[in-house]
Amino acid sequence: MTRPPHTPPAAGAEENPPPVLEVTGLDVHYGPRRRRRQALHGVSLSVAPAETVGIIGETGSGKSTLARAVLGLVPASAGSILIDGENVTAHRDRQWRALRRRGVVQYVFQDPLRSLDPDLTIEDSLVEPLLVRGVARQEAVGRARTLLDRVRLSDGLLTRLPGELSGGQRQRVAVARALITEPRLVVLDEPVSALDSANRVQILEILKELGASGVALVFISHDLGSVAGVADRVAVLYRGELVESGTARDVVGSPRHAYTRLLVGSAPTLRGARTDRARRAELRELLDA
Amino acid sequence: MTRPSADLLPGRTAPAGPSASASPVLSVRDVRITDRASGREIVHGVSFDLPPGRTVGIVGESGSGKTLTCRATLGILPPHFEVSDGTIEIDGTDISTLTPARWTELRGATISAVFQDPASYLNPSVRVGAQIAEVLRVKRGLKRREARERAVELLRAVHLRDPELVYAQYTYELSGGMLQRVLIAAAIAAGPRILIADEATTALDVTVQAEILDLLADLRERTGLALVVVSHDLAVVAQLCDEVLVMRGGEVLEQGPTRTVLGAPRHDYTKLLIAEHEQYGLEKFLDLKETP
Repeated sequence: MTRPPHTPPAAGAEENPPPVLEVTGLDVHYGPRRRRRQALHGVSLSVAPAETVGIIGETGSGKSTLARAVLGLVPASAGSILIDGENVTAHRDRQWRALRRRGVVQYVFQDPLRSLDPDLTIEDSLVEPLLVRGVARQEAVGRARTLLDRVRLSDGLLTRLPGELSGGQRQRVAVARALITEPRLVVLDEPVSALDSANRVQILEILKELGASGVALVFISHDLGSVAGVADRVAVLYRGELVESGTARDVVGSPRHAYTRLLVGSAPTLRGARTDRARRAELRELLDA
Repeated sequence: MTRPSADLLPGRTAPAGPSASASPVLSVRDVRITDRASGREIVHGVSFDLPPGRTVGIVGESGSGKTLTCRATLGILPPHFEVSDGTIEIDGTDISTLTPARWTELRGATISAVFQDPASYLNPSVRVGAQIAEVLRVKRGLKRREARERAVELLRAVHLRDPELVYAQYTYELSGGMLQRVLIAAAIAAGPRILIADEATTALDVTVQAEILDLLADLRERTGLALVVVSHDLAVVAQLCDEVLVMRGGEVLEQGPTRTVLGAPRHDYTKLLIAEHEQYGLEKFLDLKETP
């Protein structure tokens, strides 16, 4: 980290609410012993209640590994992960199942077909997590309608299957499904990458509203523009390390790390950027050295 | 082929000075494309002129007709689609007069293309270098050894590090950005005058996309290559193009110098594309930095 840790928004020094997610010195390795590769190096990250933190990373940066580690889908080889104060680093499957059943942490992936059962109607997908927790069906369906409204979908979709919806609609259903258990934390891994521009903007607007409504979000994406437009704080993941973090305005407006500078300098803007070519070439050389 | 053997890159040397007045290498005149199966016209009239060393961009979402327009200029429209009206001239030749044999001569040597998914245009069981060498042997009549040396040069010219190593690799050993470079090397191997890049950077990371766009700009400047850049992303087109066409539903809604179209858009759809980009683009942060 090249910047001091950022103070969570709207918090006095004494009454800092405990973070919803606290990752400290996280290492993750993949592969058998001889061909073991390190995917994350000492990643530390803290997310306050109602805060939206964006993680920027490109292919191979370890961003999906970070999402999977936080969700208990890959084991940590060092460091710790606390969710809502509970140390989940050494949790076994059974403990993870219990945690997931409580619905404290939820997720949205790039491909909504991965988070929605293709054989369940939208209604069944949405109410299932509530039925498991003993909520009456009628009440659960009422809640499903409220959430569909929140993601700007008509409750006429309740009887449909995921395959009958457009990609943008499916992703909004996936967001509604993630919210139905009233989680403290939602991890979103590339939630808008597969969508066209209009659908992307719609999901991003919904995410902004969510942030304002009190749920903490970890928004992971390769797209600096999407993340910077939504997140309170942005962290840049490069080759398994968080190389820079700060407000979107600081990170985009005055990037410090060579990789962040390259990233900002590479994002196409409407102004055209022919003059930046030489600068990009320099930064690439710097990073390769 | 009568070309100096000493040039490192295929193609002509860049024309001196602004080349807008040079005669176009590609000329598209009110082209309409019809689906014969349904009798419906899908593309309703596209026109542009592309001089050497210049770039024209076509922006539009899927179904806008941008890819069909490209395929028509390459003579590879899908079955039962046809150019029902208008003309396309490549280097002064009306393509409707071309025999299949003439087309084979023209493709690669005069007009070439790269598309979104590079892996699907390369043979997974043949080393990538050998696939470039094959183009050189077939199109430029090079001997096996010359073709190999030239292919390595081309891999170097598209900024692949360790081109000798890449030559001997298979597609599964290379990243998406490396594969797209290999494909560009193959596409420019026979020294075409026109390169069509249809969503060529869409599947790539943004830093890799910038590398590929920089590479295309280099080729254009060093060899006078004329580019047609097709993208759903207005900003990608803004990086490279002198002229831009905004398409939707088979129609050209707006067309003109990139600066004019982006700076003073007239059509609501263009305005919407710009607004969507600016809402979640980096411009607002960069502006904050620039205003003290």
